[in-house]
Amino acid sequence: MTAHELIWRIAGGSGDGIDSTSQNFAKALMRAGLNVFTHRHYPSRIRGGHTYVEVRAKDEEVTSRGDGYNFLLSLGDSFARNPSEDAYYGNEELKPLAENLDELREGGIIVYDTGLFDEEDVAELNLEERAEENDWHVYPVNLREIAREHGRDVMRNTAGVGVTAALLDMDVSFFEELIRQNMSGDIQEDNLNVLEDAFERAEEFEHTHDLTVPTGENEQELGLMNGSNAIAYGALDAGCRFIAGYPMTPWTEVFTIMSQHMSEFGGIAEQVEDEIAAAALALGASHTGVKAMSGSSGGGFALMSEPLGLAEMTETPIVLIEAMRAGPSTGMPTKPEQGDLEHVLYTSQGDSNRVVFAPAGIKEAYEQTRLAFELAYDYQLPAIVVYDQKIEGELRSIPIDFFDREPDPDVGQVLSEEEITEAAHHESGTFKRFDAEAEGGVSPRTVPGQKGGRHLTSGNETNAYGHIDEDPDNRVAQMARRMGKLDSIREDLDEKESSNQAYRGPEDAQYGIITWGSQQGTVFEAVDRLNENGQAVKALGVSDLMPYPEAEVTAFLESVEEAVVVEMNASGQFKGLTQKELGRFGDKLSSLLKYNGNPFEPAEIVDGFEAIVGDDDAVPGDSTTFVPAAGD
Amino acid sequence: MSAFSAIDEDREIDPEEYTPGIEPQATWCPGCGDFSVLKALKQAMPEVGRTPEEVLTVTGIGCSSKLNSYFESYGFHSIHGRSLPIARAAKLANPDLEVIAAGGDGDGYGIGGNHFIHTARENHDMTYIVFNNEIFGLTKGQTSPTSPKGHKSKTQPHGSAKDPIRPLSLGLTAGASYVARTAATNPNQAAEILAEAIEHDGFAHVDFLTQCPTWNKDAKSYVPYTDVQESDEFDFDVTDRKEAAEMMYEVESKLYEGEVLTGRFYVDEDRPSYTEEKQATGEMPEEPLAEKYFDEDSEWKRSYDLLEHHT
Repeated sequence: MTAHELIWRIAGGSGDGIDSTSQNFAKALMRAGLNVFTHRHYPSRIRGGHTYVEVRAKDEEVTSRGDGYNFLLSLGDSFARNPSEDAYYGNEELKPLAENLDELREGGIIVYDTGLFDEEDVAELNLEERAEENDWHVYPVNLREIAREHGRDVMRNTAGVGVTAALLDMDVSFFEELIRQNMSGDIQEDNLNVLEDAFERAEEFEHTHDLTVPTGENEQELGLMNGSNAIAYGALDAGCRFIAGYPMTPWTEVFTIMSQHMSEFGGIAEQVEDEIAAAALALGASHTGVKAMSGSSGGGFALMSEPLGLAEMTETPIVLIEAMRAGPSTGMPTKPEQGDLEHVLYTSQGDSNRVVFAPAGIKEAYEQTRLAFELAYDYQLPAIVVYDQKIEGELRSIPIDFFDREPDPDVGQVLSEEEITEAAHHESGTFKRFDAEAEGGVSPRTVPGQKGGRHLTSGNETNAYGHIDEDPDNRVAQMARRMGKLDSIREDLDEKESSNQAYRGPEDAQYGIITWGSQQGTVFEAVDRLNENGQAVKALGVSDLMPYPEAEVTAFLESVEEAVVVEMNASGQFKGLTQKELGRFGDKLSSLLKYNGNPFEPAEIVDGFEAIVGDDDAVPGDSTTFVPAAGD
Repeated sequence: MSAFSAIDEDREIDPEEYTPGIEPQATWCPGCGDFSVLKALKQAMPEVGRTPEEVLTVTGIGCSSKLNSYFESYGFHSIHGRSLPIARAAKLANPDLEVIAAGGDGDGYGIGGNHFIHTARENHDMTYIVFNNEIFGLTKGQTSPTSPKGHKSKTQPHGSAKDPIRPLSLGLTAGASYVARTAATNPNQAAEILAEAIEHDGFAHVDFLTQCPTWNKDAKSYVPYTDVQESDEFDFDVTDRKEAAEMMYEVESKLYEGEVLTGRFYVDEDRPSYTEEKQATGEMPEEPLAEKYFDEDSEWKRSYDLLEHHT
């Protein structure tokens, strides 16, 4: 556990401004010279329900949430349906205090709003006793009173920030500047007064804690953004100018960002009747020559299965985004899980013929979304970017120069009218769209309205001109050509300078940890700690799910004695995929799984790994599940 | 300069240009009403001055959806019920195209019903031809959304307990700005109506009665028919929504009593198309989006210009 970090958790009800306050808090720390990372926990409701956001700040790159946290600002849930203790769901008003205590580290600070909490309810939490045991420093403050005095109740969050700043000896000017930038008029004025008053009052408190904010200096200009921003920006920079969608958590945010910018980027955004239509629209736009995308979360993505298969059969490039959430069915809409791996790989009838990437973080989300477009259009097939609520909502500070990139409007092998005159046609003038002998398996296309390019496109198996054809030889030739594109893509990816897979830890390590997608940052932090603890372990984070990075994973697994696959689902889907693709290593691969709705914390991986390789029979942790390797 | 020189090409068009060299002969059963749609469409096209390469025909699944196998154009034979969302996106991506969607009554009023409602609601400038034979033909004669109440089939052995859908009324309520019904047995009217529908600036819904001689033998072959515009018996204003609604109700009911009434039932020339509406809100470029990708001088904004609010 590192001392030089602040993990500040603001807890309240949905509607108490937890999100916006935490974003400003993170931004202020970033501007003060630190790297930041946020972790968001929220319920599926508009108002009320316990929600919190953690802001982790360090003087070095942060790639994960921490273990627990060290500062709690508990506003209480002012939107609680029924603030009575006897209510079915318990005392909801108090939950943002009561439910956050277990993870608060020793020496941590608690600030709570006495304006909202009933002192008797707080007394029942045995806070005093627990504070003594854990060396917590508790500062009850009437935040509501401060907010009311200068403005409205909802400004309790600003008052809480003022108190935080005073207790941690922070420069309050960063907060003032953000209030000036984000608010105007009376609201701005009131918030500034609330901030100042709260800061001054808290400065007068007797400070009993040692916790401080780390200091740092950023060499590059940083920007605060989440995975949804990165996916949307990757798509825009890939030249995507058509998006169709239907709202569904957590995919909605990408859809929203794209829709907000599409008109200024000269494109078209469509909110449509359902996800079948959404994917079908993307296909229609792409068929007409436009770079197009759609996306959804689990249930909505299920509806896209048929258009997805149609894109494979008709060789229409599209990019689909899938934001996983805990399933099956409606599951837990606002909770992250990696349970849709097999869904995105195999949904739709017939043999899968698609590209699937699972980015590990924000930069990767940007890169791999761009790459998804590039491959989809170069190879005329669908490409999917699969992520989860963890990447969707986590804010990270990223050097903004990273985004200083040229846009890529290339649509792949779409012929110009001049090229069409040179291309092969049927004697009747129909363009030869699906040439079974096409070089590299990619048969150049034409788009409607082009002279000399008319042809038929069909979801049925077709001949070279797009007409329905069930001749066995034609079938085999067309299938082999289409399926062969994945081999070419694998070769392209393997030849690239930088792999989408990432490594951590000493190369000659005895043990390995493999993970995919969003858990990579957490796994890497755990690997660092394990090596500090004297373990010899390295990690591989996989992003290429189809086509599978056979060579890289094989090399990694051959180099270790045992490997633990860390993923957020109950059936070990990535482990299954690895064994299917590689056809071996069953006796080397065990699973560490978590599916309780919260992402892994580094300590869970550390503990899990130590229990597994230490041949300990004990369950690695309460929230995780261990599945031994075959034969163990 | 446009990358799509087939569009607005000014020349004489021979109806035979619409007959494909690859599959000139349709494989529909002898006596099938679908032949009439094909013929009427080939007749209407030169009349509206559109060449095969500026036309995109998007179809679903079923006998009728094989239309574009036998009709030379840019064709997209898609999946069951989904022709409309594909078609309307193509229209959004390149509004200069002439977009025609087609499919059967199961395709459009059953599995694709939601898309029918919303595409009509948005009033895309396109034509939707529904081959209505009151049966599922390709899957061998099951009861469809327009089969009459009491219709017996292998999947409804005791007779359908459902009232049939009212397609014209549904189109009107959803927002179609042109609604007509024609019949395979009335080729001249069919060609005229299709030409009108194609030229109409908005969503034109044509319910095309097509007899199925194989699986719907008991049903009539839609003769005799009456053209409501030619008959003295009917007097209503096609531009009046209320009168149109009443007329449609009567027409839909009469069909199941054996009286085939055809013609135009609703025409609204004033309602702006979806493209016009969307351009008015600034949510759609004035130039066809598809051109942007061919134009080397296109400007491409990038996300780097958006980063200010992240710092």
